[in-house]
Amino acid sequence: MTIDTTTLSQTPATGPTPEPIFQRTAILRLPRSPKVIAGLVILAVFGVVAIIGRWIAPYSPNATDTQNWVQRVLVPGTGEGTPFPANYYPLPLPPSAAHWLGTSVFAQDVFSQLLASTQATLFVGLLAASIATVLSVVIGVSAGYFGGGTDEGLSLLSNVFLAIPALPLLIVLADYVPRAGSSILLVAAIIAVTTWAYTSRTLRAQTLSLRNRDFVEAARVSGEGRLRIILVEVLPNLIPIVAASFLFTTLTAMYAYVAIAFLGLAGAPTGSPAGLWNYPAFAWPSSAPAWRCSTSASTSSSIPGFERRGFRAVRPSRRASRRGRHWASRRSWAIDQRTRHLEWAPNRMWCSRSTDSASTTAMATMRSTRSSTVT
Amino acid sequence: MGALLRRLGVYILAAWVALTVSFLLPRVVPGNPVAGAVARASQSGNCNAGCIKAIEEQLGFDVHKSLWDQYVQYLGNLAHGDLGHSWSENAPVGSLILSYLPWTLVLLGIATTVSFLGGSVVGTLIAWRRGTWADWLIPFATFFQALPYFFLGIVLVLVFGQTGTMLKWFQSLFGYDIYATTPGFTVSYVESVFGHAILPATTVILASMAGFILSIRNQVITTMDEDFVLVAQAKGLPTRTVIWYAARNALLPVVANFTIAISLIVGGQILVEIVFNYPGIGFHLYDALSKLDYTLVQGIFVVITLVVLAANLLADVVYVMLDPRARQAA
Repeated sequence: MTIDTTTLSQTPATGPTPEPIFQRTAILRLPRSPKVIAGLVILAVFGVVAIIGRWIAPYSPNATDTQNWVQRVLVPGTGEGTPFPANYYPLPLPPSAAHWLGTSVFAQDVFSQLLASTQATLFVGLLAASIATVLSVVIGVSAGYFGGGTDEGLSLLSNVFLAIPALPLLIVLADYVPRAGSSILLVAAIIAVTTWAYTSRTLRAQTLSLRNRDFVEAARVSGEGRLRIILVEVLPNLIPIVAASFLFTTLTAMYAYVAIAFLGLAGAPTGSPAGLWNYPAFAWPSSAPAWRCSTSASTSSSIPGFERRGFRAVRPSRRASRRGRHWASRRSWAIDQRTRHLEWAPNRMWCSRSTDSASTTAMATMRSTRSSTVT
Repeated sequence: MGALLRRLGVYILAAWVALTVSFLLPRVVPGNPVAGAVARASQSGNCNAGCIKAIEEQLGFDVHKSLWDQYVQYLGNLAHGDLGHSWSENAPVGSLILSYLPWTLVLLGIATTVSFLGGSVVGTLIAWRRGTWADWLIPFATFFQALPYFFLGIVLVLVFGQTGTMLKWFQSLFGYDIYATTPGFTVSYVESVFGHAILPATTVILASMAGFILSIRNQVITTMDEDFVLVAQAKGLPTRTVIWYAARNALLPVVANFTIAISLIVGGQILVEIVFNYPGIGFHLYDALSKLDYTLVQGIFVVITLVVLAANLLADVVYVMLDPRARQAA
């Protein structure tokens, strides 16, 4: 019986070579799902814009394009032949080669504002979500783990915060807290205070179910301290929930930020044209439809629950323009309810155009006036 | 009854927190409203000591009293429905809010009901017809859920509004035609109110329905895996009945989470009202903010909170009525 020693000595061990254990963990596995990749690409684009947006902006976000400044247009129903004093408003510029997304009513470049303000939106979203997540982890996990009176008290706290409508609370807080308009840190903190409760409730429920699992029991029996059990045994098991709710809180925080910015309470991250009237750039339906498209594109680009929006800066801070509003409000005070909107029409909202047919024709005239002014 | 009472306790506490926040904020943050009001009054003439005192009394600030006494007085006033005096409208805040509230409540009620019922039906159908064309509705729902309310409102004004530039189908400014009609029970006024409510209501419905569609769809899909649905199918019940079984049970968690939904809808509606200059409470909140009328801002905040809490309580009662287990516990 001959033993084929050659095969034994020469043939290397067949079969798959065992993969080094550390390879999988050492190299971050790239996601395969097209959805995740698409989301990450969008996120990356906004991240890059947030970082370099200010420098690649073609104009200074607050610079007024004086060359193309559109003359003020008479508000229909005021001026000569009417019982009301002449009232004017400026019109924004439509998109052009010089201004890709058109301009605001101050003739500021909307594209530059979009680029410059993405950073603040992203920053507030992430910061508020971080604060809210820390709050909810601390409160939710302690409520779930300690149980008893602690649980009662903390659950009550989060239920109360859940029941109070967030946006009105946010508005009142942002309105009263001084310098909230200029400090995005404060804005983020205020948003965090109004958004932590839901995550906290979820975490409490999950902690409650983890608390009595065998491995936690084992840790307790082996004499581990409470803090160690929470940090080492419980928290790692909560990470998926924490991560998911971090993303959703970022989303909520950005919504909240955009909402209070829309109200003029959050200040403009790019600084704001003080003393000017409070005209939102998206004001006039005739202006910058392309800007709207771009905004909705960025608005709807929701990836793992993430969204970024950069149209923060378009609305100048209410605080900054308060001086301008002051006299307006005092004057309007005296005018009766029926006619007051005429006074307010230009500086309240874009849709404040009168609805009767006379003013529709007036609008058409104005539009033609504007185009003739531009050319 | 116990569970309901517990919820009631939470809401009372929430109301108290909201009241206290609205009491404390103007008093603890620097730059109090009295100083602002005095500055305004001084601009139009000299404001002497008597004038300052008058302003303090008007705003409900008595600096000579302790904070606690002021607090007791504040709560006492609230108990009598006295929310203070608005300087910008020169009227009691309570009666002002009462005149704003119907607009908001009607719009909110209609929008919430339609979006909840519509969302339930659409969500259930999407879940039931999973894997067919119905799945195409999901991206649309996600899209609308992702849009901020006011942005959707602006787009709708632009496309459909008479103040927009494109189709000009619907009224998109104010709560009624302030030129052609006067408030009252006339045909033209009611017609005008309806016409003006279409776009704001559509905005709120579109934006909020998507959330309901998605959550109800997810719940129905989970419920469809339950044994009782299988049993119902195995018994040979008609599909419609089986869907009804599944949907009814899937609705429960959604009703239970109504708190978050209603809070979002109210917040969204505030912004929608501002977009449409709709004369509800949200629009006047914005108006009061821009006029620095803090009394009115506080009053509106308190009332919005109370409305939301009442809606929550209503949802809880409905939940207890719907769910036998909750009824047993309650």
